[in-house]
Amino acid sequence: MAEPIIRIRDLCKIYRLGDVDVHALRGVSLDVPKGEFLAIAGPSGSGKSTLFHILGGLTQPTSGSVVVDGEDLAQLGDTGRTRLRRNKVGFVFQRYNLLPTLTALGNIEIARYISGHKGPLEKGFLELLKLLKIDGRLDHKPRALSGGEQQRVAIARALVNHPAILLADEPTGNLDTENALAVLDVLRDLNRRLGQTILMITHNPEAAAYADRIAHMRDGRILED
Amino acid sequence: MINRLVFENLRHRKLRTGLTALSIGFQVTMILTVVGLSRGMLQDSANRARGVGADIWVKSPDASIMSLSSGTLPQAMLDYYARQPHVAHVAGSLMAVIGGVSTASGIDFDQLTALSGPFHFTEGGPFRGPNDVIIDTWYAEQNDKRVGGTVRMLNRDWRVCGIVQSGRLARLFVPLATLQDATNNHGKVSQAFLKLDDRRNTNAVIAALKAEQPDYKIYSIEEFLSQFSPENLPMLRAFIYVIEGLSIVVGFLVVSLTMYTTVLERTREIGILKALGAAPADIMGMLARETVLLAVGGWIAGILLSFAANFAINHFVRASLQSVITPDWWPRVFAIALVASLLGAIYPGLRAARQDAIEALSYE
Repeated sequence: MAEPIIRIRDLCKIYRLGDVDVHALRGVSLDVPKGEFLAIAGPSGSGKSTLFHILGGLTQPTSGSVVVDGEDLAQLGDTGRTRLRRNKVGFVFQRYNLLPTLTALGNIEIARYISGHKGPLEKGFLELLKLLKIDGRLDHKPRALSGGEQQRVAIARALVNHPAILLADEPTGNLDTENALAVLDVLRDLNRRLGQTILMITHNPEAAAYADRIAHMRDGRILED
Repeated sequence: MINRLVFENLRHRKLRTGLTALSIGFQVTMILTVVGLSRGMLQDSANRARGVGADIWVKSPDASIMSLSSGTLPQAMLDYYARQPHVAHVAGSLMAVIGGVSTASGIDFDQLTALSGPFHFTEGGPFRGPNDVIIDTWYAEQNDKRVGGTVRMLNRDWRVCGIVQSGRLARLFVPLATLQDATNNHGKVSQAFLKLDDRRNTNAVIAALKAEQPDYKIYSIEEFLSQFSPENLPMLRAFIYVIEGLSIVVGFLVVSLTMYTTVLERTREIGILKALGAAPADIMGMLARETVLLAVGGWIAGILLSFAANFAINHFVRASLQSVITPDWWPRVFAIALVASLLGAIYPGLRAARQDAIEALSYE
């Protein structure tokens, strides 16, 4: 079997809230093969968002190991995690998180700029914009786009640097059913056509059903795989 | 790309950007106006001194060159100077402060006109009584005075007997004896003007006078005029330094507050940039660029405002205050605005750079 693109072993994360230790993750182990569309499902407080943040290099684990595309996140400092976010991880958030002062294209280009890429967008990526059905909306600012369009722009932004993994945190949480289904279709399509590894966090079983596999979390642990 | 983001961020909050630039602009204007006023008033004083037409100025030992002090030189000295070789005409004037830095000059009309030529009256004529005042055109315009009107100064009313073209010695002239009486300076003048038979004798006459009166302040007109510079006035220089210091402090506070608000307001956006892989230095750099743009905007606004201030001063109160545009100070005030702004951006910038990405992303 090929080396998984994500390999998590005995991952723990303890937050300190005042005088209380909060055990957000309690020994999570998980392998994600390259090209898999994995849904991580679970109720609020189950630890899925913490896992998302660790995988995205936004915070450090307390113990355990997380290897993403050959890099052990537990060993990375701030600079290393910043580099990881630039090059290996693409984020899609529930609230889209587009920069309001830039156009859709500007939001995509700034991600590219931060990762150090220069020059015009690649031809293949322009095709992707058509696939996402936002190629005609690139000159619009987020406030002029529907929720579905904003989320598709966010997906395009997440993919512009060809990340090893796409992390999606409740990507349909703010969308109506029609737009939610469209976004889920897009994610599945990207996974099938481009072989993009996707980790989607959701508490919605219908959304989770779009994935190849569902990992359920509760109380900081993976229940079943 | 970052430049576009910076520009769009500033454009997104037009009012705040405008107000911040304007606030920085006011600091710039404050410095430029103070410097412009200093130079303008000195230049005006120099022009009026030149307008007397004297070759040599004499002041008493205890009078400073720029002083507004009243009589310190015995009037009898005028006769002494008149007897010196090569001295063709002598006149004296007594200065009296009538409010702020405005002065009136007491003159012997015939003595002064003999030395420097006739006054060009636009209205009226010479003194006809002891309480007459001759005013210049600038004073007349600013105070809306006409011949026959009254000027109140030194606790008495003076009748305007004539209006003369501005540019000679003072804006208000009154009879010397009356002013001596009004200021209790009997037999005293503030300075003596000497006109020589030939200007080329200036150095020789000065040397002879200094030999006799080593403590007296005796200047050729060129030497006298060269003293009319802020560089020769330590107090004025210190005042300008204080204004510069205050501008830096105010500019620092304005930018600090603005950037702090900006960072708070953009917490979520900073979180997004961090999620995209922006390093703390990138965030600091972005805010620094915004700050530089604000400083440039403030600098330009400040220069434009200084033109407006200059116009207003020279248009509405030119008899009291005179101002000039000082382009040689533009680079200096830019440096001041930039330094103040960047200092002001340091703390908000550090705060933004250290922002926790997860907290920032969940910021409402």
